[in-house]
Amino acid sequence: MTVELQDRGVAVCRYDDLLPELGVRALVGDAHVAVFRTFDGAVFAIDAVDPFSGASVLSRGVVGSHGGEPVVVSPMHKQRFELRTGRCVEDPSRHVRVFSVDVVDGRVFVGAGAATDQ
Amino acid sequence: MYGELACGSAVHSVATAQRRREVVKFISHARNEAEAIAKPWSATLAAMDERSSRRLVVIGDGMVGHRFVDAVVQRDASRVWAITVLAEEPRPAYDRVALSSLFAGVTAAELALPSPKRDAVDVRLGEAAVRIDRDQREVTTSNGGVVGYDALVFATGSTPFVPPIPGADAASCFVYRTIEDVAAITAAGATAASGAVIGGGLLGLEAADALRRLGLRTHVIEYANRLMPMQLDDGAGEALRLRIEALGLDVRLGAKTTAIEVRHATSQARRLHFEDGGHLDVDLVVFSAGIRPRDELARACGLAVGERGGVVVDATCRTADSHVWAIGEVACVDGAMFGLVAPGYAMAEVVADRLCGGGDATFADADCSVKLKLLDVDVATFGDAFATSSGALSLVYANPVSGVYKKLVVSDDATRLLGGMLVGDATEYALLRPLVGAELPLPADPAALLRIGDGTGEAVGSGALPSSALVCSCNGVTKGSLCAAIADGAREIGELKTKTGAGTGCGSCVPLMKAIIGDELAAAGIPISKALCEHFEHSRAELFDIVRVTGIRAFSRLVAEYGRDRGCDICKPAVASIFASLGAGHILAGEQAALQDTNDHFLANLQKDGTYSVVPRIPGGEITPAKLAVIAQVAGDFGLYTKITGAQRIDMFGARLDQLPAIWRRLVDAGFESGHAYGKALRTVKSCVGSSWCRFGVQDSVQLAIDLELRYRGLRAPHKVKAAVSGCARECAEARGKDFGVIATEQGWNLYLGGNGGFTPRHAELFAQALDTETLVRLIDRFLMFYIRTADRLQRTSSWLESLDGGLDYLRAVIVDDSLGICAELDAAMAAHVRDYRDEWQGALEDPAVLSRFVSFVNAPGADDHTVQFVSQRHQPRPATATERTRLTDQEAIR
Ligand SMILES: Cc1cc2nc3c(=O)[nH]c(=O)nc-3n(C[C@H](O)[C@H](O)[C@H](O)COP(=O)(O)OP(=O)(O)OC[C@H]3O[C@@H](n4cnc5c(N)ncnc54)[C@H](O)[C@@H]3O)c2cc1C
Ligand code: SF4
Repeated sequence: MTVELQDRGVAVCRYDDLLPELGVRALVGDAHVAVFRTFDGAVFAIDAVDPFSGASVLSRGVVGSHGGEPVVVSPMHKQRFELRTGRCVEDPSRHVRVFSVDVVDGRVFVGAGAATDQ
Repeated sequence: MYGELACGSAVHSVATAQRRREVVKFISHARNEAEAIAKPWSATLAAMDERSSRRLVVIGDGMVGHRFVDAVVQRDASRVWAITVLAEEPRPAYDRVALSSLFAGVTAAELALPSPKRDAVDVRLGEAAVRIDRDQREVTTSNGGVVGYDALVFATGSTPFVPPIPGADAASCFVYRTIEDVAAITAAGATAASGAVIGGGLLGLEAADALRRLGLRTHVIEYANRLMPMQLDDGAGEALRLRIEALGLDVRLGAKTTAIEVRHATSQARRLHFEDGGHLDVDLVVFSAGIRPRDELARACGLAVGERGGVVVDATCRTADSHVWAIGEVACVDGAMFGLVAPGYAMAEVVADRLCGGGDATFADADCSVKLKLLDVDVATFGDAFATSSGALSLVYANPVSGVYKKLVVSDDATRLLGGMLVGDATEYALLRPLVGAELPLPADPAALLRIGDGTGEAVGSGALPSSALVCSCNGVTKGSLCAAIADGAREIGELKTKTGAGTGCGSCVPLMKAIIGDELAAAGIPISKALCEHFEHSRAELFDIVRVTGIRAFSRLVAEYGRDRGCDICKPAVASIFASLGAGHILAGEQAALQDTNDHFLANLQKDGTYSVVPRIPGGEITPAKLAVIAQVAGDFGLYTKITGAQRIDMFGARLDQLPAIWRRLVDAGFESGHAYGKALRTVKSCVGSSWCRFGVQDSVQLAIDLELRYRGLRAPHKVKAAVSGCARECAEARGKDFGVIATEQGWNLYLGGNGGFTPRHAELFAQALDTETLVRLIDRFLMFYIRTADRLQRTSSWLESLDGGLDYLRAVIVDDSLGICAELDAAMAAHVRDYRDEWQGALEDPAVLSRFVSFVNAPGADDHTVQFVSQRHQPRPATATERTRLTDQEAIR
C-alpha cells in the first residue's frame, strides 16, 4: 500500500468522475490540486492555488486552449495557466506546480510531490 | 491681514509676498508696458524664486472658472500656484448647459462637474468677492475676508437681463440661470396652469421646454420677428416656429411686453400687456431677454469695460492691469463677448497656458457653432451662417411641411464651405462643421453635402477633412489628434473618448468620430475585427444567428464546425449565454456546465478568498417580515456576512462551495429563487414605494416592478441588465440609471432605455411616453430580445444603442414600426422565455449529478479548506488577510 502510494501517488477519483473540461479539486498531502480532463481525454494536475490571489480556485476556471495548448483560466482575475507546464500565459515569470498523473484501472492517481518544474 | 488665509492652502509669509511683489514691479518697470504684456509669463516665473508659491484668485466657480482651475492644476505639476476660488453660488460648479435636464429627472448632484485632483484648491462656496483693491492686490469677500493675489481671474459669467417694465418683480416672475432658479420655477409650476417666456432666443426656448415639461400651457413671447434671431435667419426661424407650434406651444413674434399686471392679494403675475394693446393671461413668467456680463466689480475697481459691458481684455485674456485676467461670458475680447461655453473654455486654456509658462497661446476665432435639441427639434448653426463674407453664396433647402430648413454658405466659386444652418434635422452637422475653412474643394454640387432628395454627386467622407479640422469643439480635439490616437491603437469610440477627450462634451461629434475610426482603419488596411476571440472569427451577433438557425446546442459541435481549437473563457460563456437565451434547458445540464464561468457554474458569486456570495431574488425589493427572518436565520446558521445591495436585496457572503446546496435548500424551501446575481442576465427591477404609500405617487410602481422582474427573471443577455420603476417624476428609484427604466406619469408610463451606472455612468434616454402597461411590456420585450440577438459580448445596452446606426430612432423603427419584420419573432422568443423559465437553484437541487460538484475536495469531501478563514469585523465575518491567515494557522498549530 505504502509502495503504491509512492509509486503512483494518491488516488483522487475515478476517471469517469472527471467530465471533459470541468476541473475538480483534490487534497494531496497538504497540497490543493486542480485536476482536469481535457477534451481529448488527457488528464492534468496543477496546483489549485492561484498565485495571484492566493485563493484556492484554479479547479473552478474555464478550461480551453490558447494557441493549441490546453489552459485553465483563473476565475479570479482571468490569468491563463498552461496545463502541461503550469506557466502563466500573461506573466511567464509566474507559474504553478505541475503534478504527475497516472490513470490505472479507471482510477486517477496524482503524484504526491511536484512532478516537474518543466 | 494674512490671518484670513491661514485656513486655506495659500499660506505665505508676509516677507515672501513682499519680495515677490518687488520682483514683479522690477520687471514691469524695466520694460515698457506693452512688452511686459506680450512677454510670456514663463520669463516672469523664471525670474522668481522657483520654490515660491504664488497666489491665484479666481472669482466665480461657474463652468469656465471650473475648467480654468482644472487646466491650471493639470499644468502646474510643481504646484507653483496656490489657488483660491471665490464662489457666490452655494454649490460647486455644475453643468449649466445641461440645466434643463433637471426637468427631465436628472438631479442637481448629477450636474456637478467632475473635479479630479483638486484637493490643493481652496474653493469657498457661498463666499462672493465684493471689492477689489488693485494697488494692494487684495480681494475682499462677502464674509469680510481678504485674499491677496498675484494673479486675479474674473470668471463671473453673466446674469439674465430683466427688462425694466412694471410688474417685472412680481412673485411669480423668474429668470433661468441657476439650479436655484430651476427649483423656484418648479415650485411655482406646481400651482400654475400657464406660463410665458419673454424672449425666444436659445435660452428662452430652453425655458419654454422646461415649462412644457412642468405641464404648463406655454407661451413664447419674442420681440423680433423670428425665433432665435441671433442664430437663425428668417427661413430657419420659421421652420423652428412650425415645429414648436406643432408641439402645442404658442409663439408670438414681434410682440413687445410693456407691463405685467399683478394680483394684489398674492403679488403673483396674472396678465401680460403688449405694446399693440393686446394682452395674455398667465400665472408665471420667465425672463430670458438676453444676458449681461457680471462686470460690476471690475467697473468698481477702475478696469475698462466694453460698450455693452464686459471686462476688456486682449487676445491673451489679460486686462490692462497685468495681474488681472477675465475669461468666459464676462470677458470682452477685442470687443466681442461670447454667450457660449466653448469660447469660454478656450479662454480658460489660454490663461492657464500663460500662467503656467506654457507659451504664447492667444484666444483667436472663437468657434460659435452650436448644435442643440430645443424642444426635441434639432437646431445647428456653424461658421458664417449669415453669409456675411464677401461674395458668399447660400444654398437653401426648405420644407415647410416637415419643418426642415437647411442652408449651406459657400465661397463665391462654390469650392469652399463657409458655414451653415440646420433646423429640424441636423445629422449633417458633425461632418459639415469641421469642413468649414478646410482647404479642400467641395464636390461639384455642394448640395450633395446635404442628405436631401436624391443627393446626386459623390458623398463626402471623413477623408475630406484636413487633419487640422476641429472635430470636437467642446474639447478642442482635431482630426489629427484623433488619427494619432487611432494609429496608437484606439479602435473603438470609448477608447478614443478616453484617450483624446473628444466626444465627451455635447456629444455632437460622436458620429463623425465613428466615421473617422472606420475610414482610418480602412485606409491603414486594418480590418475592423469583430472576432469574438481566437477561436471564433464571428461576432457574438453572428454566432447568435448561427446557433439560432442551425439549432446547434453543443459547444463542441459549434467550435468544430465554425471555430477552431477548444474555446476559452471568452467564447465559452458567450456561447453558453446564447444557448440559454435560445432555451437549451438548465445551464448546468450535460456539456453546458463546462462552458460556464465559475459564477454561473456554481450559481453564486465568487469572492476574493474563493468563497461565494448568495443572493436570493426579492422581486421589486418587496419582502415580508417572515421572509426577512428566513434570510436572517440562514445567514446566522451558516455564519454569513450580510449586506444590503444597491439593487434592493440582500447579499450573503462567505459561503464555501460545499455549503451552497444546503443554504439554497433552506432558501428554496422558504419560497426563494435564484436572484441571478451571478449571471449576465436580468438582475433586478428596483422600485420606489409608489402610489400605494407615497403622497406623490401616481401609479403602482411596486406592482409593475414585481411583474417585470418575474417576467424577465432568468433571461440571459450579453451583459447584466438592470431596471427600475418610479412612481412619479421625482424618480426615487433612479430608473434613468438603468438599462430600462420606467417612470409613471398621470398619462401613463414613460419608458427610458440605455442607462447604466458603473465605470461610465449614463442616463437612459426617453424612448416612449404615456404608455399603457401592455404596450410598455411589449416594447421592453422587444428591446431586450433585439439587444440579446444583436449586441456584442459584454456590451451594455447603452453602448449597444450607441453602436446602432441611427441610435434610438433606428431602434424605434425596428421595435415599434417593425421595419425589419422581426417583431413577431422577438415576441415569440420572449413568450418562450416566460413559458420555460424555471428556477436554476431548484433545478440544481433536483439533479444529483450537478450537486456532486459542490464538494471541497473530490477525495476528501469533509476536509477543511485552510485557505478560507474569517476574522470578525463590526460584528460580522470577513476574509482574513494573508498575515492574519498565517497568524491563525500558527495559533492552530500551537493548539
Ligand atoms: C439654460 C441654459 C442653457 C445653456 N445652453 C447652452 C448651450 O447649449 N451651449 C452653450 O455653449 N452654452 C449654453 N449656455 C451658456 C453657458 O452656460 C455659459 O456660456 C457658461 O456657463 C459660461 O460660463 P462662465 O463660467 O463664464 O459663467 P457661469 O457659468 O455663469 O459662472 C459664473 C459664476 O460666477 C459666479 N459669480 C459672479 N460674480 C461673483 C462674485 N462677485 N463672487 C463670486 N462668484 C461670482 C456666479 O454666481 C457663477 O456661479 C446655457 C446657459 C443656460 C442658463
Ligand atoms: S418616485 Fe414619486 S412615487 Fe416614487 S417614492 Fe418618489 S415621490 Fe413617491
